[in-house]
Amino acid sequence: MIQLERRPQPSRFWSFFTPVVAVIVTMIAGGLLFAALGKNPIEAIRTIFYDPLFGEFSFYYRPQLLVKGGPLILIAIGLSLGFRAGIWNIGAEGQYILGAICGAAVGLAFYPTESVFIFPLMIIAGLLGGMAWAMIPALLKVKFGTNEILVSLMLVYVAEQLLASMSLGLLRNPEGHGFPGSRNFQSYESGHNAELIAGTGLHWGLAAAFIAVILAYVLLNKHILGFNIRLTGEAPRAARFGGVNPTRLIVLCMGISGALAGMAGLFEVSGPSGQISIDFNVGYGFTAIIVAFLGRLHPIGILLAGLLMALTYIGGEIAQANLGLPAAAIQVFQGMLLFFLLALDLLSNFRIRFAAKGAV
Amino acid sequence: MDLSAISPTLLIASLMVAATPLLLAAIGELVVEKAGVLNLGVEGMMIVGAVCGFAVSVETGSPYLGILAAMAGGAILSMLFAFLTQFALANQVASGLALTLFGLGLSALMGQSYVGIKPPAMGTVDIPVLSDLPVVGPILFGHDIVLYMGLGLTAAVWATLKFTRAGLILRAVGENHEAAHALGYHVVRVRILAILFGGACAGLGGAYISLIRVPQWTEGMTAGIGWIALALVVFASWKPWRVLLGAYLFGGINVLQLNLQAAGIAIPVEYLAMSPYLITILVLVILSADKSAAPASLGRPFHASH
Amino acid sequence: MKFTKLLATAAVAMGLATTAMAEKTKVGFIYVGPVGDGGWTYEHDQGRKAVVEAFGDDVETVYQENVPEGADAERAITQMALQGADLIFTTSFGYMDPTINVAKKFPNVKFEHATGYKTAENVSVYSARFYEGRAVQGHIAGKMTESNIIGYIASFPIPEVIRGINSAYIHAKKVNPDVQFKIIWAYTWFDPAKEADAAKALIEQGADVILQHTDSTAPQAAAQAAGNVITFGQASDMAEYAPFPRVSSIIDNWGPYYVARTKAVMDGTWETANTWDGIGPGMVGIGEISDHVPADVKAEAMDMVAKLASGEYHAFTGPINKQDGTPWLAEGETADDGTLAGMNFYVEGIEGSIPN
Repeated sequence: MIQLERRPQPSRFWSFFTPVVAVIVTMIAGGLLFAALGKNPIEAIRTIFYDPLFGEFSFYYRPQLLVKGGPLILIAIGLSLGFRAGIWNIGAEGQYILGAICGAAVGLAFYPTESVFIFPLMIIAGLLGGMAWAMIPALLKVKFGTNEILVSLMLVYVAEQLLASMSLGLLRNPEGHGFPGSRNFQSYESGHNAELIAGTGLHWGLAAAFIAVILAYVLLNKHILGFNIRLTGEAPRAARFGGVNPTRLIVLCMGISGALAGMAGLFEVSGPSGQISIDFNVGYGFTAIIVAFLGRLHPIGILLAGLLMALTYIGGEIAQANLGLPAAAIQVFQGMLLFFLLALDLLSNFRIRFAAKGAV
Repeated sequence: MDLSAISPTLLIASLMVAATPLLLAAIGELVVEKAGVLNLGVEGMMIVGAVCGFAVSVETGSPYLGILAAMAGGAILSMLFAFLTQFALANQVASGLALTLFGLGLSALMGQSYVGIKPPAMGTVDIPVLSDLPVVGPILFGHDIVLYMGLGLTAAVWATLKFTRAGLILRAVGENHEAAHALGYHVVRVRILAILFGGACAGLGGAYISLIRVPQWTEGMTAGIGWIALALVVFASWKPWRVLLGAYLFGGINVLQLNLQAAGIAIPVEYLAMSPYLITILVLVILSADKSAAPASLGRPFHASH
Repeated sequence: MKFTKLLATAAVAMGLATTAMAEKTKVGFIYVGPVGDGGWTYEHDQGRKAVVEAFGDDVETVYQENVPEGADAERAITQMALQGADLIFTTSFGYMDPTINVAKKFPNVKFEHATGYKTAENVSVYSARFYEGRAVQGHIAGKMTESNIIGYIASFPIPEVIRGINSAYIHAKKVNPDVQFKIIWAYTWFDPAKEADAAKALIEQGADVILQHTDSTAPQAAAQAAGNVITFGQASDMAEYAPFPRVSSIIDNWGPYYVARTKAVMDGTWETANTWDGIGPGMVGIGEISDHVPADVKAEAMDMVAKLASGEYHAFTGPINKQDGTPWLAEGETADDGTLAGMNFYVEGIEGSIPN
């Protein structure tokens, strides 16, 4: 009979090693799936994992990995702080949308004035927009004890409706021939989140993501707030006796995660995406939750997990176009990767023992 | 502008139909959450149920077999979630999201050859005399059998939770798994059964869309109903009859807004579409005063350490 | 501009490689939905298959489905260009700016963007005059309705959809002065459950004809269940609901255009174009009018199809007033394409207002 025994500390070895095992297992299972669909499994796996990094056109895909991974990492870093403290903000998608709407609205209000102050103002507006949206579940939790998981999730749907309303109404491009969607920031220099160095994919959003990774690392390891967050997550009672103010912690964690998600939305709308449109959000906020867990809520882990997710997205697209794999097969493949990663996480938190039946 | 064009009888009858997939998925999720498990994969299980039900009823020509297959499909998918969260002790939020991603992809793959096909029709239960009664006829006696199953299921879940030992155990597990374990109940076993039940219900709800309400198969056809079902459970504060009421309310708002538009009344569609979620938040706030509403162990993993 | 140069060199290198390799022309397609949606994307993919059929081994087609509009689209298009596509069709309005951006980096690749309005040296736009089909629908609907109530399931309030409503209304009204349109804005292109509910709401309020500008067959099924309601297929033929309730359809027929444009690339005669084709060139197909339609109505409808096809008749021919009563087109005057492309008003007689 198999017995699980909780490790006092998550195993360092398995924390590093399980993701590798999970990826390998996914490659095998995914290969079987692709073979069942009549494709060459080895070619498919190579296309997904190898081509974007080292293939013929990797000079284009490597920067794209950063473009795709940037928002995931930025949002996931924010979420991980709360998750560590047992504060569950799962509405980052909504905060991302609100950040984009608020930031874009500020930028569009200045159109067509050119000034260096516009973009910083947009960033602040995006940050505040996301933060304000996250404050709703935070304050409701603090004031009334309302469950933040559910409130933040509900607010995603509200945000999506707001987005539709904005792209059809207030923010609609007056020169857009009546089609939904705002003006494109790519043709408005002061509001454009352009590449900092052409051809690298590096834009302000990515810079923010890297800074967030570093700050989160420092915060968690060197700062009293990080200590309080970890303590609250691991031993809530001890934290309370130790003088951690739960109200302050909730507001802070929700506020930070909302602000980062809002910024991610702003950087996306003013850069790679370019405009507010009905389908502007493509699920970064939800995927970031998965990224946060894949990264074991650790800043460096999140950085790697975000890049891994981006790799499966981009490799998956290449496989679609080159090998004719259906989009659905890629989705299934990603789902399998997540399952294996989540399931194997067991190994880092528990020790598996094979005990004789009956022995407890 | 012509409000008299809206027939209240027909409106109620069609909102009952619109509410049924929601009701089925939500009543299943209610049981899951009562057992202390939060499964965010409802959308994924629904769409897998939708495609399983569709494929089997097209292949066999029997919508009833299709319905069974849908329940089986939803339940099998939920076993993945059960394995992850109950044996591998993975985070429930992340596992549920992964389940939805996986389910959407899987259903699209399975359904590739079923696009553009008409499924065999499931008739309505026509009871002579009763179905022809004015007003109550169309509302109470003119529907298909699955709609009645939804109502029956609601009653059964309510009665089971309230009056039976099984219901008591389920609630005990959801409220305080440590205590339930100490009393000798198999926390993990109870939760797995609840998750399977939730999966079967979600699958049935999905098949209601692909076999009866629409009926056709297309990728992504559940279009977010699974997420609304999640909201609905909370809105109902984990009480079966309120789930029914909420499903009618959520379904009703949608049917009503379409009817108002058809009657020529200009309404801000996006803002109306937000209202169920805003109402749910409001209900949540009101409920927070009543600490007994949410299962206390909701979303927390359980591992018997001894 | 090191990066642009890199891309261009790569493209040229690939271009050379492909020319060396048996001169296979590579054609790419970017789809907004899944090829199994049975509507918009499905029909574009039928067009792709027509290209394969027409040129066999001389072409290679690639496609990517479910591509979100925005940053992901730009990457998908770039990736096709990098992989040596000679011609790329981007089949949704939201791909407009990404298409233009990528086209700048790949001057040797030809791009075709559906339903947009921005062209460039190597970017053409194309769209279909679906409103011609709506005119035929309006005529049949006006003749056949007994309740004089016609239900219309609209998607989003954009010119394309408004044009369709106006065209259908004008022609229904012409043959049936008592006709009334009930319009529901579904705010979706594709949501079977919601479309079913919308159709039901319209039917319950007395509509016995349902016109739809959304892509699923759900309204067809709702009409079939009601028993005395007729419908028209949208985007694809929806022949599984013929001969009744579906009495005809508007089919997006991209095949001939895709074949012609691919041929032009092969021959080296491709030029930037702004194509807006209707029934005549075959981009808008009218699905078979079923026998449920009385013979005389069918004959009139066929006559209208012929006149629209030959250009003898324009679907927007005056006198037509705007909804508020101000004159729009004088007697015999026909609408110009500019106004049609940006149409944001109802014509006189339609009740209600366009939401925004």
